[in-house]
Amino acid sequence: MSATKLTVEVVSPEKLIWSGEATMVSAKTLDGNIGILVDHISLLGVLEPGVVSIKAEDGSVADFNMADGFISVNKNRVSILGEQVK
Amino acid sequence: MGAQLRIYRRRMRSVKATKKITRAMELISSSRIVKAQQRVRATSPYTIEITNVVTSIATYSNTEHPMISPVSNPRRAAVLIITADRGMAGAYSNAAIKEGDILISQLKSQGLTVDAYLVGRKAVNFYRFRDRAIAGSWTGFSDNPTLDNAREVSASLITAFLTDTESAGGVDQLYVVYTEFKSMITQTPISVAFLPVSAPQQSEPRGIMAMYEFESSAETVLNALLPRYVEARVFNAMLQSAASEHAARRRAMKSATDNADELIKSLTRLANAARQAEITQELSEIVGGAEALASASAGSE
Repeated sequence: MSATKLTVEVVSPEKLIWSGEATMVSAKTLDGNIGILVDHISLLGVLEPGVVSIKAEDGSVADFNMADGFISVNKNRVSILGEQVK
Repeated sequence: MGAQLRIYRRRMRSVKATKKITRAMELISSSRIVKAQQRVRATSPYTIEITNVVTSIATYSNTEHPMISPVSNPRRAAVLIITADRGMAGAYSNAAIKEGDILISQLKSQGLTVDAYLVGRKAVNFYRFRDRAIAGSWTGFSDNPTLDNAREVSASLITAFLTDTESAGGVDQLYVVYTEFKSMITQTPISVAFLPVSAPQQSEPRGIMAMYEFESSAETVLNALLPRYVEARVFNAMLQSAASEHAARRRAMKSATDNADELIKSLTRLANAARQAEITQELSEIVGGAEALASASAGSE
């Protein structure tokens, strides 16, 4: 199974903020910045306050300024759970 | 106007006034159900996602953490019961309280001490009237809970959960009783164990469970996840309860309005009959009087 893209969801406790497909997700966790590409190992990390960028297939980048949260990666599904900075 | 007729008219007026109120409440609830339902739907992705993550850790990780490893010998449990602040919603609050009673007696039969945490004035009044101990209570937001309300409730539940059971107020398990919003017509009170998170009996068909690599350590991640997980699930439970409350109130008010219609109908019939009787009586009095006059004047001549 080799998918060519990631399915990404950004969800806050109150609503779904963004969902779609992407080629790369980068975020800042407690251990430092990480970039997630296709076929990344299953991972669960705690986000530091900062920007999560999602790079779509067409090259456009969506940035989310997160106040806290988690990143979970599993079989090319990436979930960003957390609240955005208001 | 005859006394009887006046009484019927008075009762009709009061029933009509009540009907207006119940009808208005029915309409208000109908419009609020939709909004409440949308909020439940909006929070579902987060709750589902965080629950999935936590369950898969519980299933596949050997990490020791109070959140996922059940205590071998539990002593105390916290039960959070979510009810309404206001009545006029049929059996809604009572059904949840009763479901809570069933759970509590079940836990007690397992030798656990139970701390009751209550949301909604109805549950608080029920417990106060019966002189039952309340470990914590929150009121005033049952029909429109916000995330902050959920946070406030969760905070004290989490504190209790993380406190050692030996000391006062500590618990080993956390249960929540709320009313599940299945559809517009079906809402059922259910009790759910929130903590510790138990591994599901059969593996998930969608294959979302996995071994996880933890960024920093498993413990840090779990420590950070715990409060968010409880908050998300409590918030979702509150929103579902709110939607159920509106649905229950709408149904109760609809049957009240229907009953008022019935009453007005039968009272109208009775009033009409009374009016008829009055007219008949007056007529016969006039005819009788005229006859008496006629025969009296005939006799004098």
